Amino acid sequence: MTDIAVPESTTAAPAHEVEEPSILRRPAQPTGVVSWLTTIDHKRIGILYAATSIVFFLAGGLEALLIRVQLARPDGSILSASAYNQIFTMHGTTMIFLVVMPLSTAFFNYLVPLQIGARDVAFPRLNAFSYWTFLLGGLFMYSSFLLGGAPNGGWFGYAPNTSVTYNPGHNIDFWIFGLQILGIASTVGAVNFVTTILNLRAPGMTLFRMPIFTWMSLVANFLLLFAMPVITVALFLLMFDRNFGSHFFDPSAGGNPVLWQHLFWLFGHPEVYILVLPAMGMVSEIIPVFSRKPLFGYRVMVLSGIAIGFMGWGVWVHHMFSVGLGPVAVSAFSLSTMFIAVPTGVKIFNWLGTMQGGSLRFTTAMLFAIGFVAMFTIGGLSGVTHAVSPHDRQQTDTYYIVAHFHYVLFGGSLFGIMGGFYYWWPKVFGRMLSERIGKWHFWTWLIGFNLAFGPMHLLGLQGMPRRIYVYPKHMGWDLWNMVSTIGAFTIAVSTLLFVFNIAWSRKRGQAVGRDPWDGRALEWSISSPPPEYNFVEIPEVHSEDDWWHRKYTEDADGRLVRLKDPDAAAVEMYGPSAADPDAHHDVHMPSPSYFPLVSSIGLPIIAYGMVYGRDAGHNYVIAALGGVILLTGLFAWAMEPSTEPGDHGDHAGHDAEPVLVGAGGPAALEAGSAGSAPVASANGGDDDGERIPRDLLRGGDAAEEEK
Amino acid sequence: MTSRSSRPTRGRRLIALATAACALLLSACSRQELPQDALDPQGPIARKLDNLINPVFVIAGVIFVLVEALVVIFAIRYRRRSDDDSPVQVHGNARLELAWTIIPAAILFVVAIGTLTTIAEINREPTGPGVVRVDVIGHQWWWEYKYEAEGITTANELHIPVDRPVAINLTSKDVMHNFWPPKLAGKIYAIPGRINHMTVQADKPGTYFGQCAEFCGLSHANMRLRVIAHSAADYDKWVAANRTTPKLPEGAGNAVAGASLFRQKGCASCHAVTGYAKGEVGPDLSHLHQRQVFAGALFELNDENLRKWLRDPPGEKPGSIMPNLNLNEDEITKLIAYLDTLK
Repeated sequence: MTDIAVPESTTAAPAHEVEEPSILRRPAQPTGVVSWLTTIDHKRIGILYAATSIVFFLAGGLEALLIRVQLARPDGSILSASAYNQIFTMHGTTMIFLVVMPLSTAFFNYLVPLQIGARDVAFPRLNAFSYWTFLLGGLFMYSSFLLGGAPNGGWFGYAPNTSVTYNPGHNIDFWIFGLQILGIASTVGAVNFVTTILNLRAPGMTLFRMPIFTWMSLVANFLLLFAMPVITVALFLLMFDRNFGSHFFDPSAGGNPVLWQHLFWLFGHPEVYILVLPAMGMVSEIIPVFSRKPLFGYRVMVLSGIAIGFMGWGVWVHHMFSVGLGPVAVSAFSLSTMFIAVPTGVKIFNWLGTMQGGSLRFTTAMLFAIGFVAMFTIGGLSGVTHAVSPHDRQQTDTYYIVAHFHYVLFGGSLFGIMGGFYYWWPKVFGRMLSERIGKWHFWTWLIGFNLAFGPMHLLGLQGMPRRIYVYPKHMGWDLWNMVSTIGAFTIAVSTLLFVFNIAWSRKRGQAVGRDPWDGRALEWSISSPPPEYNFVEIPEVHSEDDWWHRKYTEDADGRLVRLKDPDAAAVEMYGPSAADPDAHHDVHMPSPSYFPLVSSIGLPIIAYGMVYGRDAGHNYVIAALGGVILLTGLFAWAMEPSTEPGDHGDHAGHDAEPVLVGAGGPAALEAGSAGSAPVASANGGDDDGERIPRDLLRGGDAAEEEK
Repeated sequence: MTSRSSRPTRGRRLIALATAACALLLSACSRQELPQDALDPQGPIARKLDNLINPVFVIAGVIFVLVEALVVIFAIRYRRRSDDDSPVQVHGNARLELAWTIIPAAILFVVAIGTLTTIAEINREPTGPGVVRVDVIGHQWWWEYKYEAEGITTANELHIPVDRPVAINLTSKDVMHNFWPPKLAGKIYAIPGRINHMTVQADKPGTYFGQCAEFCGLSHANMRLRVIAHSAADYDKWVAANRTTPKLPEGAGNAVAGASLFRQKGCASCHAVTGYAKGEVGPDLSHLHQRQVFAGALFELNDENLRKWLRDPPGEKPGSIMPNLNLNEDEITKLIAYLDTLK
C-alpha cells in the first residue's frame, strides 16, 4: 500500500482525470439503497454485518430445529439421511462462518474505531469489500440448496469422504469455494482491524490504555490473519484433488487423509478462540460498567487473552486424540490442552473479582454477561475432561463434544454477543431495546439453552455418536433427546422475542443520550447514534477507562466520587458544540464507492465457474469472467481517489486540506485524510498512535507543525 | 413436527413437557438399559479410562459448584441497592490473581500425571500366547473382521473370548471410520492406508453394542457393530464352526436353485462363500447364520428381514453399495433358502 503513497507526487488533480468512470459515477446521496451499497462508513458496515448475520442465525437456527425434530424420538423420519447430512453440515458451517464470526466482525466494525478514537477503520473501502464478500460468500453457499444439494461432509469435511470418489456431486464444491470466499472476507477484515488498532489510536491511547474489547479484537484478528491462510491452503489442496486430479488426500495414490485433519484443525482450533475472544472482550466491557467497578486485573485480562491466542496454536491435536498419532504426540497435546485452561480460568475468576464488592445492576446486558461466565465455565470444565486424552477416546465424536462446544460457542460466544447487542444497541440506534422483553429473552434463552445442550453431556457419555440421522429404540437415549428438542424450541421462541424486541425498539424504544449506562470507554462520550465522523475532535487519552475518569474520581478510601455528568464531560472533551446534538460539523470523510461491491461480485462468479467448469470438460471461462470483473473492480478502485475532490468542503482551517498523495489514494489514506487531519492540527503531533496520517499528509499545517 | 398432527403447537408442547416429566420420574425409578454406556466399563481397558476420568469429573464438579455458587452469591450480595452506591474501586489484586493462576495449574499438573501414565499404558500392545489377533476393516457401511491365524472372515459381529486381550489392527477400505465398542474400549479411527492398533477385552460373556463414531457418509448412522464375548469353550466352538467349508446344497429344491441364482444374479462377484464365490466387495457370507445381525448390524438376521433386504437394499440402508437387483419374490425365496444353508 505504502508504495503508492509516494509523498512527492503531484496533486490530486491528475487522479481526478484518471478515475472518473462514466457508468459508476461516484454516489453522493447520504441515504437510500445506493448509499448502503456504496457505504464505506464503518458504522453502517457494522450494521450490515450484524443484520446479515442475524438472518443467517435464523437460517442456522431453523436447521438446528430440523435436526432436533429428527432426533426427538428414535427412528426419526422427518429427514432423509441425505437431507440430514446436508442440514447438519450447513448448521455448523452457518453458525461458525456466517453467524458468530461475522457477528464479532460487526462489533469490531462498529466499536473498534469508536473505542480507539478514530474516524473510521484504516482501509474503509477494503472494509466494504470484506462485507460484500462475506455476504456473497454466504449466499453462494446457500444457493447450493437450490442447485442440487448443500454441502454434506460436515463442517470439518474430513478426507477422503470429501473426494470426488465418495462425494461426486457439487455439495462439497460449494463448501470449498464458499469457504474460500468467506476466507477472503475474513483475511481482508483482519488486515484492516490489525492495522486500524495498531495505527489509528487517539493520541495518548497506549496499548495498555485500550479498552479490553479492542484488545480482544486485536488478538482475535491476529489469530484470523494467521489461521485463515491455513484453511485456505487446505481448501486449495482439496480443490486440486477434486478438480484437477491431484492426490493430496487420496491414500490409494500415496496421499494422506490425516494431513487434511492436521491442516483443518491447525486452522480450526485457533478458530475457536477467534469465536470466543471477542465475546470475552464484550463481557469484560459489560461487567465493569454494571458493577460500577473497573475490570479486575485489566492487565492480567489482556495478558491471559494474549496467552490464549498463543497457546491456541498448540492444541489442535486434541481434536485428533483417537486418530492414532502415537503416545508422544498425544501426551504433548494433552498437556498443552490442559494448560490452556489456566489463562481461561484466570479470566473467569477476574470477572468474578470484578463483580465482588461492586454495585451490580442487572440490566439485560449484564444478565447475558453473567450468563456467559456461568455457562462458559461449564464448557471450559468439559474441555478439561477432553484433555484427559485416554478418556477422550470415549468422548470424542459423541454428543458429549456437541454439548461441550455449544457451551463454549452458544453459552460463551452467543451469550456474550447478545450481551453486546443489549449493551451497545442504544449507542448504535439511539434507542434502547426493551429491558422487559430483554429479560424474558435472557431467561428463556438460559433455560432453553440448558435444556437443549445440558442433556447432550449425558447422551454422549451414554454412547450416542454425533452426526447420526437416526438412532434405534433400545438405546436408552429417548428421554434426553426429547428434552433437548424441547430446549431447542424454547431457544427458538426466545430468539423470536429478540427479533420482536428489535422491531419494538425501532419505534418505541426509549431515546437515549450519549451515555445511557454510565459507560467507561470512549464510545459513550459521543452522541447516540454517533455522527458519521464519530469525533468532532479526536480526543486525547490520559488513562485507561478515560471517559470514566472524566466523570468520576476516587476518594482516599478508593470510593467513587462523581466529578461531572456526561454532557459536561463531553463539553470539556470536545468543546461547547458537543452539548448540541444538532450542531453541524464540517468534518470531511472519505467518499462512498461502488468498487468494493463490484470487485466482490467477481468472487462468486469465479466460484460458480469453478464448480460447474469441472462438468463442462474443465472449461473455466465463467471463472475467468469473474476474475475479469474482480480485477476491473480492483483497478477502478485503485484509480479512484479515496476522497472525491469535489467533495472537499471548506473546513475553515479546522481541517488541514488533506491533499492525498498518489493517484489511487490507497485506502489507508482515506482514514488518514479524513480522520487525522484534525487530529494532527488539534494535537500538534502528539505521537502515540496516528502514525499513518502524519506520513500521508503532504503540506498543510499539520505536517509542518511536526517538523 | 410440521406433519403428523394437526393439534395446535402449544397443546403439543404441553403434552411433550408432561411426557418428559413423566419419563423423568419413570427413569428415576427404573434404571434404563444403556447398551452403549461409556461410563459402564465391562473390561480392563475401558475400566482404565473410567478410573482415570472419575476423579477428574469430581474435581470439575467441585470447581463448577464453586464458580456457580460465587456467581449466585455475588449477584445477590452485591446487587445495586441505591443509585448512589459508590463501591470501592478495586483495580486488581496481584496476589489473588497469582493464586488463581497457580492453583488451577497445580490441579492440572496432578491430572496430567494420571493422564500421561494412562496414555503409556493403553498404547502398550498386548503380548503373549493368550492374545487374540483380529484385523478390523471399515467399509461403507459395515465392519469386516479377519482372524488371520484362525483363517476366519466375518462381518459386523466381532466374536472374542472373555478375559483374553484382543489385539486389533484397524484400517479402512474407503473413507474414515471409527471403531467404538464403548463398554470395552475407547474408539480409534479406521483410516485408509494406515493401520491403527487397539486392544479390547471383556470380563464376562455377553453381547456388547457399539457403532461407527466418525461421520463416514450417507449411512454413517447405520454402521453399527456388536462384540460378542464367549466363554473359552464357547469361543473354541465358534472358531471351529467358522472354519469349516460350507457344503453346497445338493439335489433339487430351492436351496440348489438359490445357489445358482447366487452366481447368475451377480451376488458372487461381491460376496465370498468359501469354495463357491470369491467376491471381495461385500461381507463374507460363508457362515452367515453364525451371526445374529446383518447389513451393518442394522437388522436381526431372519428370513423376513433378509427378504425385505433383498427386495431393495438401498431402501433399507440409504446409500447401500449393494444395489437393488430387481429380484422377484420367487428368486428371493430361493436365495434365502440358499443363504439359510450357510451355517
